[in-house]
Amino acid sequence: MFRRRGDGLIASAMLAPAIAILSIFVVYPLGRAVWLGHLRCDATGRKCRTSGWMQYFDVLRSSDFQHALKVTFVYALLTVPAGLVIGVGLAVLADKQIRGIGFFRTIFSSTVATSVAVASLIWFVLLQPQVGLLPDMLSMFGVMKNPGLLNDAGTALPAIAITSIWANLGFTFIIVTAALQSIPAELFESAMMDGAGGWKRFTNVTIPMLSPTLLFVSVVLVTRAFQAYAEVDLLTKGGPNPERSTETVTYLIYGQTSLVKNDIGLKSTTAVLLFVILLVLSLVQFRSLERRVHYGN
Amino acid sequence: MATNTAVAKQQKSWRIYGRYALLILVTLIVVFPIYATVLSAFKSGPDSLDHPRSLLPTGLTLDTMRAAWNLGHMGRLLWNSLFVSVAVTIGVIITSVLAAYAFTFINFWGRRFVFGFCLATLLVPVEATVVINQRLIDSFGWKNSYQGLIVPLLATAFGIFLIRQVFMTVPKELIEAASLDGVGHFGLLREVAMPLARPTLGALALFTFLGTWNQYLWPQAVVDDQEHRTIQIGLDALRSADINRFNLITAGTVIGALPIFVVLVAFQRQLVRGLTAGAIKG
Amino acid sequence: MAGVQLVKVTKNFGSVVAVDDFSLDIADKEFMVLLGPSGCGKSTVLRMIAGLEAPTSGEVFIGDQLMNGVAPKDRDVAMVFQSYALYPHKTVRANIEFPLKTRGVDSKLRNAAVADAAAVLGLADLLDRKPGQLSGGQRQRVALARALVRDPQVFCMDEPLSNLDAKLRGETRSELVALHRRLGSTFVYVTHDQVEAMTMGSRIAVIVSGVLQQVGSPTDVYDRPANIFVATFLGTPPMNIFPAQLFEAGEHSVGVRPEHVRFVDSHSGGVEATIRLVEHLGHEVHVTGVLADGTVVVARHGGEEASPRSGDMVTVSAEARHRHRFDVSGRRLA
Repeated sequence: MFRRRGDGLIASAMLAPAIAILSIFVVYPLGRAVWLGHLRCDATGRKCRTSGWMQYFDVLRSSDFQHALKVTFVYALLTVPAGLVIGVGLAVLADKQIRGIGFFRTIFSSTVATSVAVASLIWFVLLQPQVGLLPDMLSMFGVMKNPGLLNDAGTALPAIAITSIWANLGFTFIIVTAALQSIPAELFESAMMDGAGGWKRFTNVTIPMLSPTLLFVSVVLVTRAFQAYAEVDLLTKGGPNPERSTETVTYLIYGQTSLVKNDIGLKSTTAVLLFVILLVLSLVQFRSLERRVHYGN
Repeated sequence: MATNTAVAKQQKSWRIYGRYALLILVTLIVVFPIYATVLSAFKSGPDSLDHPRSLLPTGLTLDTMRAAWNLGHMGRLLWNSLFVSVAVTIGVIITSVLAAYAFTFINFWGRRFVFGFCLATLLVPVEATVVINQRLIDSFGWKNSYQGLIVPLLATAFGIFLIRQVFMTVPKELIEAASLDGVGHFGLLREVAMPLARPTLGALALFTFLGTWNQYLWPQAVVDDQEHRTIQIGLDALRSADINRFNLITAGTVIGALPIFVVLVAFQRQLVRGLTAGAIKG
Repeated sequence: MAGVQLVKVTKNFGSVVAVDDFSLDIADKEFMVLLGPSGCGKSTVLRMIAGLEAPTSGEVFIGDQLMNGVAPKDRDVAMVFQSYALYPHKTVRANIEFPLKTRGVDSKLRNAAVADAAAVLGLADLLDRKPGQLSGGQRQRVALARALVRDPQVFCMDEPLSNLDAKLRGETRSELVALHRRLGSTFVYVTHDQVEAMTMGSRIAVIVSGVLQQVGSPTDVYDRPANIFVATFLGTPPMNIFPAQLFEAGEHSVGVRPEHVRFVDSHSGGVEATIRLVEHLGHEVHVTGVLADGTVVVARHGGEEASPRSGDMVTVSAEARHRHRFDVSGRRLA
């Protein structure tokens, strides 16, 4: 573009609002948190003493953090692969121009209208042993113990995972369906002519052509899993205790039972560690999957 | 031979029946939670527990909904969410359009650096900034206020990025012609860039609205009084130890989820466009 | 024997009739071109031969066997798509061997077949590249190799040259003809380009609006077009069509090809025209004249004779033996 006099001024004026907000409420907080992370403080941050930069490692290695990390990791393992498989499965299932398919597609997309809080509350009610239409149905299959899925240390996290998978269904379905529709029909026809049956076409055409989309979805799902907070807050509050079976890293920091609630130094340390973990995760996913991803013509 | 065709046709119809069967099965599984929730919201407390009768659409009443509305101050909750979401959406649109314009059409000194700065903020999740933002808001005296909820969210790198993508598709000749015609920056923005970006702006608006409406961690960190609660964090109050009043939660959930449901049905196209914008670049 | 017969084939898409009561006999080893404008149904006919579409009614035979209800992979037919439809994530080698792999051919035989096909089409150096790294012409050859490697009875090709630039198109045309002669298989080739049809086909089937207009050798179709459509579709510049009265008695139409139109000096009487445009193309000259009623007449000659000049008044003449006669409905008369 061309340069004119006064351009610098106009540019500054146009950029000012965005830059101001981003600086004050994103960059500054991050920077300050990194700084506070090496201090020990009280809840207001007024009385601080230096603890040293090793504090980051100390928190990282602490058993509480490791436990929360493990919980979060297992949670991601439960929700992401299942979410991808189900999403792709449903998208392929609904990818035929048969009568009434629009209705089914709308149903499968519908969970995108739920917020995490709404989805959690819906399942909260379903999972209560007293109310539980679901527990009653499940006890027919002998799956349920009576205190309820959410109150049992072994089943609490999977129960939350189900909530999450259900809630993410719509999102995954919509995106994969759109990607499916962008695969040129001629590729499938060519595979048909080459003698490939349904499954072979799926593995040789569908999955490779979907790979960039699957990468995108998996990054989103993994990030969501590692950010899990509302579902924990509403369903189990980090419990059941004393095992703290559903205490994810975010809940460790901000939850009701948070150990670092009253020390803004430690709180910052943990928050920054979470940030770094999320960052590393995204980069790792991009790198390792991008090699396998094919980016079309 | 005729039999070949007949066999082929029969095989084909089994496939179609099978597909429909699967579709219906999955529909039942996906819809069940919604169905159970909505249904129990329209039943009286004790009724909603009496299964299997509770799965049938009988004994419907609006009492529970009314109770939920009053007890849960739903009117206030919905209004707060609406106000905050609309304010943030408008803010994000304005800041994104202005910033995107500057990045695209003005070749100012340090442009690359500033853009990189904005891009970097994409990597920072809200969880990392809440700790300090909470204190910041407190120090401004904005705790339990609308400003506290709204201001930190008024600009996003995502919005800037999205709009910049669209602005970059304006053909260079058009800009040169405009400059020959003596149209200034604001004219170019108004007459050329904005009309081109309209569909994307729609998607951005929808997304920002949805994202803000659905926020949980940030409102919870800023607000703890009745007056300024948003719906996501306010629904919790409907929980009750009394088992006969359990379905107050479902009633509240239905009320809380309805506005978004309506919005999404109305703006489906923007939703799909927005979701797929990042995914199908290929 | 691998001829192809279509017997009274009709294809409807909802209420749209894409192919209407179409019957065609393609001989074994023939190079049959399906020619027609966009949307005329020629691709649909091809896809029904390949098995990608099922006829709404009528039968398709390949090698005397009824193919209705038979899946594409069981028909021993290979297809080259207009967009080549190469698997973008597979190497050239993997693309070419894919049809063999799905049929469980063992790797030794597969590698031999791939090497052969690559040699025939000059792809030996490109086997480890991916389609994204190839030029249009190279991709087209990979698509051909993939079809070749199956050694099918019938090759179906859907406008394979339309995505190539003009020069490449010319070269590839002759390569395809040579390939056909070498393989001795039946080729069914769809195109809207009459030059391709005229130079490549042993016979041409002209299709308009889903209806077969005429089938015959290139000379047949050019010298004795069955109706006005075929007459004006083949030949550039297209045949001039006049009401008969200009040349002879009758209510029919008369068509004269530009190379048979003569613009002579005005005092011979007859139909008068004003010369509007004279275009010297180098190897030939196109002369455009306009009749009193506005009808445009185009004449073409080799350039050795003198051309009239723009603005001249001339008489249009055409020898009787070069006049094609069509009745009111457009059909050829005698």
